[in-house]
Amino acid sequence: MSQISMVVNGKRVSGTVEDRTLLVSFIRENQGLTGTHVGCDTSQCGACVVHVDGKAVKSCTMLAVQANGSEVTTLEGVASGGELHPVQAAFREHHGLQCGFCTPGMIMSAIDMINRHGAGNLDEATIRHELEGNICRCTGYQNIVKAIKAASDQMAGMAQAAE
Amino acid sequence: MYETTYHRAGSVADAAALLAKAEDAKLLSGGQTLLPTMKQRLAAPSDLIDVSRIAEMQGITDNGASISIGAATKHADVAGSTVVKQKLPGLAKLAGGIGDPAVRHMGTLGGSISNNDPAADYPAALLALGATITTSKRSLAADEFFTGLFETALDEDEIVVSVSFPVAQKSAYAKYPNPASRYAMAGVYVAKMGDGSVRVAVTGAGQGGVFRVPEMETALAGNFSASAVAGISVGADNLLSDIHGSNAYRANLVTVMAKRAVEAAG
Amino acid sequence: MGVDGIGARVLRKEDKRFITGKGRYTDDMTAQGMGYAAFVRSPHAHARVKSIDSSAALDMPGVDAVLTGEQLVGDGIGNLICGWMIHSKDGSPMNMGAWRALEPEIVRHVGQAVAVVIADTQAQARDAADAVVVDYEELDAVVDPVAAMEAGAPQLHPEAPNNLIYDWEIGDETATNAAFDNAAHVTRMEIYNNRLVPNPMEPRAALAIYDSAEEHHTLYTTSQNPHVARLVLSAFYAIAPEHKLRVIAPDVGGGFGSKIYIYPEEMVCLWASKKVDRPVKWVSDRTEAFLTDAHGRDHRSVAEMALDANNNITGLRVKTVANLGAYMSLFSSSVPTYLYATLLSGQYNIPAIHANVKAVYTNTVPVDAYRGAGRPEATYLVERMMETAAREVGMSPADFRRKNFITQFPHQTPVIMCYDAGDYSATLDAAMNAIDYSGFAARKAEAASRGKLRGIGMSCYIEACGIAPSAAVGSLGAGVGLWESAEVRVNPVGTIEVLTGSHSHGQGHETTFAQLITERFGIGNDQVSIVHGDTDKVQFGMGTYGSRSGAVGMSAIVKALDKVEAKAKKIAAHLMEASEGDITIEGGELKVAGTDKKLTFTEVALAAYTAHNLPAGMEPGLKEGAFYDPTNFTFPAGTYICEVEVDPETGKTEIINFVAADDFGKVINPMIVEGQVHGGLTQGIGQALLENAAYDETGQLLTASYMDYCMPRADDLPAEFKLSTHETLCPGNPLGMKGCGEAGAIGSPPAVINAITDAIGSNALSMPATPEKVWQLCRAGMQQAAE
Repeated sequence: MSQISMVVNGKRVSGTVEDRTLLVSFIRENQGLTGTHVGCDTSQCGACVVHVDGKAVKSCTMLAVQANGSEVTTLEGVASGGELHPVQAAFREHHGLQCGFCTPGMIMSAIDMINRHGAGNLDEATIRHELEGNICRCTGYQNIVKAIKAASDQMAGMAQAAE
Repeated sequence: MYETTYHRAGSVADAAALLAKAEDAKLLSGGQTLLPTMKQRLAAPSDLIDVSRIAEMQGITDNGASISIGAATKHADVAGSTVVKQKLPGLAKLAGGIGDPAVRHMGTLGGSISNNDPAADYPAALLALGATITTSKRSLAADEFFTGLFETALDEDEIVVSVSFPVAQKSAYAKYPNPASRYAMAGVYVAKMGDGSVRVAVTGAGQGGVFRVPEMETALAGNFSASAVAGISVGADNLLSDIHGSNAYRANLVTVMAKRAVEAAG
Repeated sequence: MGVDGIGARVLRKEDKRFITGKGRYTDDMTAQGMGYAAFVRSPHAHARVKSIDSSAALDMPGVDAVLTGEQLVGDGIGNLICGWMIHSKDGSPMNMGAWRALEPEIVRHVGQAVAVVIADTQAQARDAADAVVVDYEELDAVVDPVAAMEAGAPQLHPEAPNNLIYDWEIGDETATNAAFDNAAHVTRMEIYNNRLVPNPMEPRAALAIYDSAEEHHTLYTTSQNPHVARLVLSAFYAIAPEHKLRVIAPDVGGGFGSKIYIYPEEMVCLWASKKVDRPVKWVSDRTEAFLTDAHGRDHRSVAEMALDANNNITGLRVKTVANLGAYMSLFSSSVPTYLYATLLSGQYNIPAIHANVKAVYTNTVPVDAYRGAGRPEATYLVERMMETAAREVGMSPADFRRKNFITQFPHQTPVIMCYDAGDYSATLDAAMNAIDYSGFAARKAEAASRGKLRGIGMSCYIEACGIAPSAAVGSLGAGVGLWESAEVRVNPVGTIEVLTGSHSHGQGHETTFAQLITERFGIGNDQVSIVHGDTDKVQFGMGTYGSRSGAVGMSAIVKALDKVEAKAKKIAAHLMEASEGDITIEGGELKVAGTDKKLTFTEVALAAYTAHNLPAGMEPGLKEGAFYDPTNFTFPAGTYICEVEVDPETGKTEIINFVAADDFGKVINPMIVEGQVHGGLTQGIGQALLENAAYDETGQLLTASYMDYCMPRADDLPAEFKLSTHETLCPGNPLGMKGCGEAGAIGSPPAVINAITDAIGSNALSMPATPEKVWQLCRAGMQQAAE
């Protein structure tokens, strides 16, 4: 057992866990943040993607103890003050979700993708390639790709307006 | 996953000491292969020694004629490195094609080569570029390092600290991914070195893991063009065969990927 | 129509919770004192269970109990059932072997459960499950259904000699043979429809809570049809009487058919929670899902098509072997019979059809309905045959199809179905225009200049959904009626709750169903909530599968709305001293036509509940229920065209263009319908190019994770699916709807394979068209050309 502590969605949390406890289990069971999902055992589906220290990772392929001392952001933490993150809003606007199960990982991967490439710098082919680690069974991806592109472009516009 | 005991090592010496002390310890770097294996209960190490934060295993150093990369450097950092992109664009592209973005944020060079999965990408680059592996005990040439399927020359208590890649005149990697797992079904790294010699290494296809193709190397040394390797087949006998591709198909892919790597190298 | 009524692209009401992480799926539920179940599963495809030693497991930390099949049978828990009786052509009933939720004697597929561990944590339960020692005597296994019927093959069930479940037929054999005797041309093909694994992204899960004081069970579960689950669990499995069993299917992360069935694990959780007197949770991991969720397809067919000298189709003869796996899943028997062979006429006028279907047991996971269920198998067969026949007689694929299209409706096919409405030429034209069919030759030449082989292929599908008239399915052997129920509750302040027996697991019912209310009463969809998925709230319902929630589920809502509207108008007429016939409803108000008299919907609702001034004899309240039993199947149809480029060096196929022209009848929310088509097309493309559940000869599933089972990813698909719809209204239901949930998966596989075979000039291609298969054919073609 290990005593761990980390910042989850801006809040310092701690707990005692078996060393084998996955980060996703710590998030879901110890923290009650059930927005992060588990869809496979082999690190392919991406339903469990969260950000650790600002980078997208698969929380089913990381031990909670590995994240000891880190900052973790889950889907529950991306909206600010009741205002949806532009990627969240775009998923709704473009019907980028159906059953909603892959959606948390999709949105977290999309935000990471936009962070890395820079808002406004994503085209359709790049987005599809970047989604290699996220599987959706419902949507056929077309509206997910559209949503990410729209959010990326919108965020670029917002950044420009702010300048 | 079976229960295990986690340790976070502060230095290479610390990690080596932990490794020597524990009953059946494994090093944990990015964990992108080890943790899924443990989740499937196919591995049950008594202890996990996390080396991912050890300072001496981080970072990318430009040494002029070579680039040195710390074993705990993430794939994403290699892919995004200005110096790697400038001096060994083939290596940057290879790192940027491992797994998916989330995997690349965790997975490391040292983890990849120490595991020596026959379908991993990095071993092809090390072997083709004639890289030197520095461990907690010694230095090893890539040609000696990879010894077989999931086998390396590493001792039980030996840790990869960094890898030095000679800068090639030109080099590139082309892979054909397994459609399901996206691991390489055939990945070919082609490097034309400063002295004009050419090295070609193949991953994903060999029964014994990564291997070189002397016939292609000779042909390319004389004529560095796709047509030089178009007629060269590695032969199917020693290649992997599974539901995704027979050995004959993989042999074809090796030739096709070799052509494409040469074209990409320019 | 209001802005949010029928035909509007209304954004989904349910999205907010999903995009903020507030969805509530079964695995998100907890209960005080909850334990976890882990199953002990057979590593063998066929083996006798000699003994089960739980002693070591029972000594492990946190372990509450290890329960076995012997105890389950001893407690009187019933065997799993198949709910659709099929009779063989000799009149004998199908041969069904016993299926127990925990098997005490003989395991028949890898992954079958023999025991369950209940422990304090999931990790403890899994550790202890590993420590249960089962002594097996291995038996020979058979995975190939044709081999399974041969003499000397391993026998799975004593009830089914030669592993034959039924030998069924449909159509007029004599007339069909006569057509072949007189044929000018016969096209013959062997066709394999590959085995698939549904793979909703949410694995199955259950949380069973037993209240010993009330002797009452609650089950949270991943179900497409919680009421059917409760019925089966009560009536057949003897878990508890219906009034002592509440089944809740909360947010469900996709189903695609695989969550219709009542599986062993959910049953065992219910039984175990009573046995150990604590709530029991089980969550499937992905490999368990591969080993226990019902698989789909797996047909081997020989098909022959007879043409006359004018290239009119005169007959179709089909022999199919359907692999049903080790046990007969809930609706498995109906899939290769009434959901398959009844669609073999396709969009074509075929005077004589005969089909023979043999269903067979093998040592593999049970096979049941997966998105499309029987209709993809029929469509693949018919559309591969159409393409091949056209090529053989030298006609263009489009002209050959058009020449044989059904153009008069209603049309009675020789295989039961009576098509009610359609315009097949319209969707063929739309698809050909959308893909610029006439420009294909130029695109092919351009691709050739880059060393790529370009091909084009089409598929003119028809399917039957809105399943189905209860009397009709009853006469064909169904154990249930397939109507739907709805209740519309108008609250005293005029907000509305609609209770439906349909279940949404991604389809957006909370939005689409609300559009009916907006359309009818002109009130905003924020004033409406859709209630589903809880047997304590909704009285009864048949659930969601077979693209039935629109044509059947919404028709029930329409019927209930008719009653609410009639009563509201009566009240309004009484209050405004007008004639009932003069009351109109518009923008949330009830008006007297030709006057400025009006009442808001809220005022009328309030009047219904205060009951101070109602027409004489009228009951208070404004709440109406309805059951709707469909009058016919509905028949969505359309044309899909796929354009591919093949890299002859690697055999890799890239889909360059894909167009879909569908006739779904009335569309309520085009945005949601397009989403359904995108998803369906992707699953169909997955079947054609990527997905395959492969067994080795000993019965080990070689593709039991995403490392080996290839799920379609974003970069496997074209940049854009170009969609259009053409509307011919379904005359059989009040809204004119046909259903859109499965069409994409039904129509797309033959379009893809027809395109690849066109590109490579070889027809000997089976699904999935893996790069290696395509490369082998390209290579053989090049060798042939060289000789």
